[in-house]
Amino acid sequence: MTTGGPVAAVATGPAGRDGEYRLAVRDLEIRSGRGGPPVVSGVSFAVRPGDVLGLVGESGSGKTTVALALLGHTRRGLAITGGEILLDGADLLRLKPGEMRRLRGARVSYVPQDPAAALNPALRIGYQLREALRVHAGVTRDPQARIAEVLREARLDTAPDMLQRYPHQLSGGQQQRVGLAMAFVCRPSLIVLDEPTTGLDVSTQRHILDTVRSLCRGYGVAAVYVSHDLAVVSELVADVAVMYAGRIVEAGPAAPLFSRPLHPYTRGLLASVPAPDGAARLAGIPGQQPPPGQRGPGCAFAPRCDLALDRCRAREPEPAVLAGRTVRCWRAAEVTPRPAGHGQVTVAAPPGRTVLSLRAVSASHGSVPVLSGIGLDVPARACVAIVGESGSGKTTLARCIIGLHRNWTGEITLHGAPLAHGARQRPREVLRQIQCVFQNPYTSLNPRKTVGQIIAEPLQRLGGLPRAGLAERVARALDDVSLGGGFASRYPDQLSGGERQRVAIARALAVEPDLLVCDEVTSALDVSVQAVIVELLRAVSAQRHLAMIFITHNLALVRSIAQFAVVLRAGAVVEAGPADRVLSRPASEYTARLMADVPRLATSPPP
Amino acid sequence: MTTADPPAAAPAAPRPARIRRHQWLAVLGPAVRTPRGAVGLALAALVALVAVAGPFVAPHSPDALVTLAYGKPSAAFPLGGDFLGRDVLSRVLAGGWLLLLMAVTATAIGVAAGAAAGVSAAYLRGRSDGLIMRTVDVILAFPQLVFALLLLSILGPRLWLIVLAVGLTHAPAVARVLRSATLDVCERDFVKVAELQGMRPAAVMAKEILPSLSTPLMVEAGLRLTYSIIIMSGLAFLGFGQPPPAPNWGTMINENRDGLSLNPWAVIVPAVLIAMLTIGTNLLTDSIGRVALGVDRRPEEAALVDDLGLSAGGGR
Repeated sequence: MTTGGPVAAVATGPAGRDGEYRLAVRDLEIRSGRGGPPVVSGVSFAVRPGDVLGLVGESGSGKTTVALALLGHTRRGLAITGGEILLDGADLLRLKPGEMRRLRGARVSYVPQDPAAALNPALRIGYQLREALRVHAGVTRDPQARIAEVLREARLDTAPDMLQRYPHQLSGGQQQRVGLAMAFVCRPSLIVLDEPTTGLDVSTQRHILDTVRSLCRGYGVAAVYVSHDLAVVSELVADVAVMYAGRIVEAGPAAPLFSRPLHPYTRGLLASVPAPDGAARLAGIPGQQPPPGQRGPGCAFAPRCDLALDRCRAREPEPAVLAGRTVRCWRAAEVTPRPAGHGQVTVAAPPGRTVLSLRAVSASHGSVPVLSGIGLDVPARACVAIVGESGSGKTTLARCIIGLHRNWTGEITLHGAPLAHGARQRPREVLRQIQCVFQNPYTSLNPRKTVGQIIAEPLQRLGGLPRAGLAERVARALDDVSLGGGFASRYPDQLSGGERQRVAIARALAVEPDLLVCDEVTSALDVSVQAVIVELLRAVSAQRHLAMIFITHNLALVRSIAQFAVVLRAGAVVEAGPADRVLSRPASEYTARLMADVPRLATSPPP
Repeated sequence: MTTADPPAAAPAAPRPARIRRHQWLAVLGPAVRTPRGAVGLALAALVALVAVAGPFVAPHSPDALVTLAYGKPSAAFPLGGDFLGRDVLSRVLAGGWLLLLMAVTATAIGVAAGAAAGVSAAYLRGRSDGLIMRTVDVILAFPQLVFALLLLSILGPRLWLIVLAVGLTHAPAVARVLRSATLDVCERDFVKVAELQGMRPAAVMAKEILPSLSTPLMVEAGLRLTYSIIIMSGLAFLGFGQPPPAPNWGTMINENRDGLSLNPWAVIVPAVLIAMLTIGTNLLTDSIGRVALGVDRRPEEAALVDDLGLSAGGGR
C-alpha cells in the first residue's frame, strides 16, 4: 500500500476525506477523572468498510480503553476529554445519552473477551438473540428469518436446537459464536472485538477468526480487533495500530509493519513472539511499561529502548509519516527498518539419566477419568514440554507429579524411588527435589508477605537453613532471576506480573531442586515478558542441569525451550518424542492439525 | 476466567510502612473517611467515651439516694432522679463500661470461635467440614436470646455465663461467613505452595490463610459487636445482668419505665446511648464492608484495596 493508507491519511489528511472511512478517530484523549493525567492521548485511526483494524498492545497500553470509547463508554473513573470519533461522518461523542443507547448494539456492537461472562446464564440463546432485535425495533421486519440467517453466518446452525439452549450447554467456541451472532444480528456499521479468541483453543480460534473475516467482508462492516496476540492479528487484519502507554506508536498496513517494523517497540514485540516452526531465541523487552497516566516528559518507551538518545528522554516525538506508516519515534527515519529477526537456539542437550518416570499413570476427578495410562520419562538436563488443548489433562498431570492431586494409580518414581500420592505423605527431601511454578503469579504469592519472606520460607522449611545467612541466600536467589536483592523488602503487589513470576521461579530454585514443574507459567503474561521468562528458564535449567517439565497450550513456545514434547489429548498421550520431530514431522494427525492451526506471524497480506 | 491479560499494575506509589505492616488499616482508613464511616465512628466513640470515662467524672455515687424519686431535672441533678431517688446522670455515667466490656468480650469469643470453626471447615474439607458445619447448623437453630436465657435460667445469672452464652451463639454465623471466604482463599496457589513446602495444616491456616481474611473478620466483628450490645442490654432489661443496685443502661430502662411521665430522662438517656452505640458500630461496619466490596471508594483507594487482596469477595 502507498502513502495513502488510512492511518496516515487521518494523521495528515483534510477533513473532507473522511467519506471513504466508516470509522475515523481523531486525537482521542481519555483522562482519569476530569482533571487527571491522560491515560490515552493523541489516538487517531480510521477503518474502511469491510476492513479490520488490529489494535495491538500489551496489558496496560490502553487498547481496551480505546475500544470501549468507540462505544461511547469509559470505565469508572475515566472520562473522554478530547478528540472525536466519527462513525459515517457523525461524531459519536456529541450524541445525547439516549441517542448513544440506540446506537449501541444497532450500529456499533461489541464482542467481549469472555463470552461465558457476557451471556446471561439464565436465558436461552434464542431469547438473547431476539432481545437485541426487540430493543432495536425497525432493524428488520422478520426477526425469525434474521436470526436464522445470522446463525448460519456464525456457523451455529449445525445444532438444530441451538436457540433452545442455555449458555452453559455450549462449548467455549460456540459461546463466542453466539457472541458474534449477537453482535452481527442488527447489521452494525462498526464492530469492536475485544480479544474474542483469548480463552479458546487454537483450532476454535482459527474458526472464529475465519468467521469474523468473512462476516466483515460480506457486509462491509468496519471492525476494530483488540488483541495482545500479534500472530492472530497478523493473520486477520489489513491495518494495524500498535499502542504503548496510551499512544499509538506505529500504525499502517499490517504486512509491511510486521515484516519491517520501524518503531523499536514494535520490533521488540515481534522478536518476543515465539515462532512455531523453529527454535527461536525469544528476545523480550527489558523493563516495563509505565503505568497508565504516569508517563514522563519524553518518549514513554525510551527507558526500555536500546536506541534511545537524550532527545528521546527530553521530548516526546510527534507522529510522522514514513514509508506509508505513522510512527512516533525520533529515530524512525535514521534507523533502517530491519526484519524482526529471531536468533536460533539449540536446545538439544545430552540427556542424562532419568530423574522422573511415570508408568501407567491414570487419574480421575471423582469418578470422571482425566488421565489414562500415561508413561513418561524426564531425563536430567532436559526439558519435556507437555502440550495439549484445554481439558486434555495437562494440569492434572502436573498436580499428580507434585502431589496436589492424590487420586491417581500407576507409578511415579523420582530417581528410581516411588513417590507417595499426596504431598503430605512425601518426605521433606522429596518435596525439596520437586519444585513447581504455577500459572498465575497473581495468586501464587501470598500478598501479605514480602518477597524476602516468600523466598526464605522454603529455604527454612525444606532446605533446613538456619536464620543466619538466610538474607544472603535470598539475595542470591533473587540475583539468579536477575531481580536483585533490593526486591526482598517489597510486597507482591508492588511488582509487575513478570517480576512476580520471577519471584515464583526464585522461590522454586532457591532450594536447588532436581525437577522443576512449570505449569503454563507464561500464559498470564504479556508476550514481551513471556519471552524474558522463557529465556530465563532456559538459562537456569542449563546452568543447573535441571530437569524440567514445561506445560503449555502454546505450541509455538515448545521448541524455544524443550528438547522433548509430549502431546496430550483427552488424558492420553497422542505422541511423544524429540520436540523438533514431533512438531515438524508429526506422526499423528491430531498433532499435525494442532500445528496447522497455530497462528503464525503473517508477513504477507491476509487472504 | 482467562488470565491472559492481567490488569495493569497499580501506580507503585510508596505506601506508609504502617499500612504495610497492618494491612487492615488499608480498609479501615478509607472506611472512616466515607461520611457513613465517619458518622458511625463518631457515634460509637462518643458513647464509648461516656462509658469509659463516665465512672471517673460522675458527680455522685450511682447508688446514693440523693434526690427525690423521679425528681425533675435541676441544676444539681441535670437528669433528675430515678425510681429510688438516685442521680440519673451519675448512673448513666457509671452504667456503661461493664455493658461495653461484656459486649466486646462476647464478640471476641464469638469471632474467634467462629473463625476457627469456619476456616478449619473450609480448609480441611471432607469429614471435618461436615462435622463442623452440621454442629454449626444445630446451634444456629436456637434463637440467640432464647439460648442465652435458657442457659441463664439453668445455671443462674452469672456475668461470665452471659458473656460465654452470647459469644457462643455468635460463633455459628461467623463460621458460615468465614467458611465461604476461606474457600475462596484456599483456591489461590500460594496456599498450595505452602502445602508443597510441607507446612502443617494448622500453620497453613494461621500463617497463609488468616491474614487474607482481615476484611471479612473486621466486618463480622463489627456486626457481632452490634448484636452483642443489643443482646446484652436486652438481657439486662429482662433482669439478667448485674444484680441491683449496680447501674446498667439496660436495667435502668426497665427500672424507670413506670415513671416515664414524671422523669422521662431516666429512660430516654440510656435508651438513646444504646441506640447511638449500635447505630454507630453498625454504620462503621457497613462502611468497611462497602469499601471492601468497592461500592464506596475512590479509584486511588480501590487500587490499594484490590492489590492487597482485601476485597471481601475478592480474588482472581
